[in-house]
Amino acid sequence: MNDQISEKPRSDGKLVEVRDLKKHFPIQTGLLERLMTRRIDYVRAVDGVSFDIHKGEVLGLAGESGSGKTTTGKLVIRLEEPTEGSVKFDGIDLETLGSEEMRKLRRRMQVIFQDPMASLNPRMSIGEAIGHPLQIHFPEQAESHREMIYEIMEKVGLAPPQFFIDKYAHQISGGQRQRVVIARALVTRPDLVLADEPIAMADVSVRAQLLDLMIQLKNEFNLTYLFITHDLATAKYICDRIGIMYLGKLGEVGDLREIYSHPLHPYTQALMAAVPVPNPHKRRTQPMPVGEIPDAIHPPSGCRFHPRCPIVRLDHCSKVEPELRELRPGHLVACHYAEQFL
Amino acid sequence: MMGEDKEVLVEIRDLDVRYQTRLGPVSAVDDVSFDIFQGEILGLVGESGCGKSTMGKALMRLLPPSTEIRGKVIFDGADVLTFNEDQMRDFRGRRISMIFQDPMTSLNPVQRIADHLVETIRVHEPEMKKPVALDRIRRLVERLGIQKERIEDFPHQLSGGMRQRVMISLGLVLNPSLIIADEATTSLDVIVEAKFLDELREILHEFGVSILVITHNIALVAELADRIAVMYAGQIAELGSIYHVFDNPLHPYTKGLLQSVPSIKLDEREVLYKMPGEPPNLTHPPSGCRFHPRCPEVMPICSNHTPSLMYTTSDQMVNCWLYQDHPEKDRPTIEVTP
Repeated sequence: MNDQISEKPRSDGKLVEVRDLKKHFPIQTGLLERLMTRRIDYVRAVDGVSFDIHKGEVLGLAGESGSGKTTTGKLVIRLEEPTEGSVKFDGIDLETLGSEEMRKLRRRMQVIFQDPMASLNPRMSIGEAIGHPLQIHFPEQAESHREMIYEIMEKVGLAPPQFFIDKYAHQISGGQRQRVVIARALVTRPDLVLADEPIAMADVSVRAQLLDLMIQLKNEFNLTYLFITHDLATAKYICDRIGIMYLGKLGEVGDLREIYSHPLHPYTQALMAAVPVPNPHKRRTQPMPVGEIPDAIHPPSGCRFHPRCPIVRLDHCSKVEPELRELRPGHLVACHYAEQFL
Repeated sequence: MMGEDKEVLVEIRDLDVRYQTRLGPVSAVDDVSFDIFQGEILGLVGESGCGKSTMGKALMRLLPPSTEIRGKVIFDGADVLTFNEDQMRDFRGRRISMIFQDPMTSLNPVQRIADHLVETIRVHEPEMKKPVALDRIRRLVERLGIQKERIEDFPHQLSGGMRQRVMISLGLVLNPSLIIADEATTSLDVIVEAKFLDELREILHEFGVSILVITHNIALVAELADRIAVMYAGQIAELGSIYHVFDNPLHPYTKGLLQSVPSIKLDEREVLYKMPGEPPNLTHPPSGCRFHPRCPEVMPICSNHTPSLMYTTSDQMVNCWLYQDHPEKDRPTIEVTP
């Protein structure tokens, strides 16, 4: 591999530092309504989130739809501009970068989305799709592009490369398509890969292959993943740490095995209990929490989970917003009364 | 406990469904036979393109007119596939109904919930007066945990879980014997899904209906179903009581599939089984057993001869040469079936 590409400046063990990140999307209303009410409502998709991603780890972000996990991912790699808060990538505050510097940095942060068919241009051959990032980031090394494309195709299991390279997305299977998307993300030898539900579209029998491939590639290329998923069972097989999001906030974050064996937030507990287990002898017996995830335009006051919480103490929980507290080593929880689960 | 007292509700015999496509005929369902019992939840699982949704639609004859359907679907002693359009209209909704995947696209945004339900009743029972229908609707939705006042709302005013309950009430309002739920929970979040499963179980007990749950989610079937049917490439690979199939899967596809389903339990299934290959394209299905190119226990006979779904115990059936005798079973064969 080209040395110039794999060279990476390092600071300390943290690749990404996210601090108090917020993203509020204005709600589109009619002109008349805006003139009449002189007020714009916002969807608080992400509303004050802080976490670190350590080099070489897989951090999972899990939650239900509308919890803000995808928006958080996009903010981390600057596909969205934050409303407030900061993201540092390898010690560099992304906000301070000009567009040219940001473009250069993008080589080091790549993304894999859920739907490979939607992520691939139907008019580009597999080779063109995988080579496109090279044209953008390494235009001066055009003569070695083909070699680099072949190499990454072999690594992701699109072998022999000459069989696939001139095919188009519709001519290959769903699992192969996702391999193309993975190859395209890795061809520039990034440090961070945002993987947003990367295997959710794949067939059950193909998912394990893709998960295993992602783990192998991570080890081989010293990658760090931000793995976004709604599926806590899948997260178990790839994530080192996990953050559970609810209505734009992190409810709990820490080592995955620690959290799965001792979930401390009542929401995490409910979420884990709700996941169906592939074993008819272990059917769920406990009832589910009342209600559904409220809208993020008018989130509940205090703790956002309080209207659904089985251990709520209204006088406190509805008024004071809980901060993330480290209740066990490396295990942070945003709940006033989580001590009872220790 | 799954005993002889079970009565058969639907008998499906030698069902073949072929679509005509630009790339040639696709046999989405290929020679499938099984029964659905009264009052049971049968989970039909399989990967995308295995024919499970086609199967559900074939039972209700909701397939495009150009589709070739052969075989028998015996319901109350009559073959549904021989019904004319009038008989079919009466049959759908009243005997079998369907709960679809996405309530937001299945409900009319400019119709109140009550109007959806009244319309459904009056199509089948035109003589019923609206107040009588409304009275029946109010009782039904209350049993499903929707306040009866909410039937005056429009779909967008309800939460996702409530909309899903409206879909159930639409499926139940004509008192059918069989409800087909095709990926009915796929668009729901896990907590809402879990509540929906609880509701489905309650319906079954209260109304005594049978439910055919069609899904790609094997964990969901483990959570819910009495029996499971595993489909692969248009055929049923294995069928049996949920406990028997999970405890002792026989078909190599079932074995692999169950080992590749992630489990959230830390003490269970540390490593997922990586099944080689991908499901076949049904325009050109593999010869012999359709699973043979991916099968870890493949034998010479498998590529030339098609096995059939046969009982191994009183309530487990498997479609695999490992459990069936054939004169050429142990001999390598050179003949090629067309």
